[in-house]
Amino acid sequence: MNEQIANLEADALPPSKGLFQERWELLKRNRMAYASFWFLMALFALAIIGKIFTQNIVVFDPKIVRLSEKFLPPLTPYTSKITPQEDAPVLGIYLLGTDELGRDVFARMIEGSFVSLTVGFVAVGISLTVGIFLGGLAGFYGRVKLGFITVDTLIMRFVDIMLCFPSFFLILTVVALLPPSIYNIMIVIGLTSWMGIARFVRAEFLSLRDQDFVVAAKSQAIPEWRIIFIHMVPNAIAPVLVSATIGVATAILTESSLSFLGFGVQPPDATWGNILADGKTFLFDAPWLTFIPGFTILFVVLAFNLCGEGLREVFNPKLRSTR
Amino acid sequence: MINFIIRNIWQRLILLVFISIISHSVIHLAPGEPALVDPSNPRMKAEDIQRIRAAYHLDEPLHVQYVFWVRDLFTGELKSFKDNQPVLKKIWDRFLNSVPLFIVSMMMIWFLAFPIGIKAALSRNSAFDKASTFISYALISIPGFFLAYLLIIFIVKTFDVSVIGMRTFGLEEAPLLIRSMDRVWHLTLPAMISAIGGMAILSRYVRSQMLEVIHQDYMRTARAKGLPEDQVIYRHGLRNALLPFITMFGLTIPGLIGGSVIFETIFAWPGMGRLGFEAILARDFPVILTLTFFSAILVLVGTLISDILYGVADPRIKF
Repeated sequence: MNEQIANLEADALPPSKGLFQERWELLKRNRMAYASFWFLMALFALAIIGKIFTQNIVVFDPKIVRLSEKFLPPLTPYTSKITPQEDAPVLGIYLLGTDELGRDVFARMIEGSFVSLTVGFVAVGISLTVGIFLGGLAGFYGRVKLGFITVDTLIMRFVDIMLCFPSFFLILTVVALLPPSIYNIMIVIGLTSWMGIARFVRAEFLSLRDQDFVVAAKSQAIPEWRIIFIHMVPNAIAPVLVSATIGVATAILTESSLSFLGFGVQPPDATWGNILADGKTFLFDAPWLTFIPGFTILFVVLAFNLCGEGLREVFNPKLRSTR
Repeated sequence: MINFIIRNIWQRLILLVFISIISHSVIHLAPGEPALVDPSNPRMKAEDIQRIRAAYHLDEPLHVQYVFWVRDLFTGELKSFKDNQPVLKKIWDRFLNSVPLFIVSMMMIWFLAFPIGIKAALSRNSAFDKASTFISYALISIPGFFLAYLLIIFIVKTFDVSVIGMRTFGLEEAPLLIRSMDRVWHLTLPAMISAIGGMAILSRYVRSQMLEVIHQDYMRTARAKGLPEDQVIYRHGLRNALLPFITMFGLTIPGLIGGSVIFETIFAWPGMGRLGFEAILARDFPVILTLTFFSAILVLVGTLISDILYGVADPRIKF
């Protein structure tokens, strides 16, 4: 997913490198958006390193249960004589304390950051794919008639229908009826959030499809899929990327809400959402179990939102001039 | 005008039929059957399950089940799988509980978002503008139930009131004043928490709309002819900035169901969102379906109203 966005971005911008640099400079000027951008980059690095250190080379083991060590507050040094030495946390200290089973919260948070981000990115990847595909079809082949209605009417009415469902209620229904699995959650969140993207892409395609470069491409008998995906999508991608950035944030929040109701990602997979949802039971005895994941989600989602807004301003000259 | 309304209602009815078909098939095609909710119950024998399935037409093909559902819905005989109560009555009872919550939170959203947004737009790049921008993003980004817990703890500790449920149990005999204060506290907190997200988003919209309007030529004209600043901003500016919010007002109506699941669960508020959640847990298909259908109707009515109001408010739009 990450790669896909990177590729699309690369496709969109290289021929006019000056333009990319210009936008980059603009983003730099918006200090909050720029800071969030680097915060997110650091977070991705942390998530990947965390994935390696919790799964491949086990340094932080989130799965060790130490029942004699439960509910230790953050920064408690490891002093237990009951727990075997090999179960001790790294550096001999519980950085963020332990939970109700004596698991190291720091290790779980690190493991959770990879899972939470994956949920966000895969869900957005699915909604991007569906949204670009359907929006592109509606925009490019909009005038083609299928029987008595045009492709455009067909697809846009379908979008209208999807918009009529109360989205969280629909997600909850489907996730609750399906067997609990992290993939179902990603797929369901993705399949219920593509409508906005489809509308954006369609609107962009409507203005692009009669422009000279598309007509030129058609005159050279370039296959239509190539015109759509190589020539037109990169030109329509900017608003889509912005809403994708904000979509990741929404997906992370949706996952945590699902976890709260007990239908989120199931253990043993840790996500910020289910650490928070489990921790709320012990709000008074072990407040760190609630506050650490809660504020992590707040900061990360905030960074995604600010970064998305920053990108929106950078990509939309109209917003820039009114600011 | 009349033609426009009739055409719109007609189109929406067609949409509604498709919505009902899609939601019916989504729910029935997903695995997990009402008869399988309690598989470990030893008193559920195979023939019992058969009887239940036959009673609720679960053995019929999907389209026949759909016809049964529509028929029962419109004759008002649709029964819940869970307790055999009429679905429409269940939903109506819960709807009456949801409405005060919805109205109070809507009032909070609309009465607070506008002053904040206008003030932020008028004093652009001031400390107030920056703070309100940052705070609204923070409020959008915080998981709702986390914020709800923090607020509950804060309010309960500071004011020593109870806030869970619709009223405090055992206060039925208390004087009227105490009872109504109790109701007010029980209503305010859930309404406030459901309002926070909407308020943050709406105040951003108000700000950007005002910013757009403020630099228009007619504003300069109004100032040039010597109108007082208040009149320029509220009569000439705000009125024009208000137009898009007619659309938004229509779109908030469906929040009555979808947005309330989490908050009604936290506050044990017997509203529609919680009814839906309980129905999902019990695989109570008629209730889930009817709720989805009901909220789709709300969306369509909301957009219809905003389309009509838009035409009334903006003389540039002709039907």
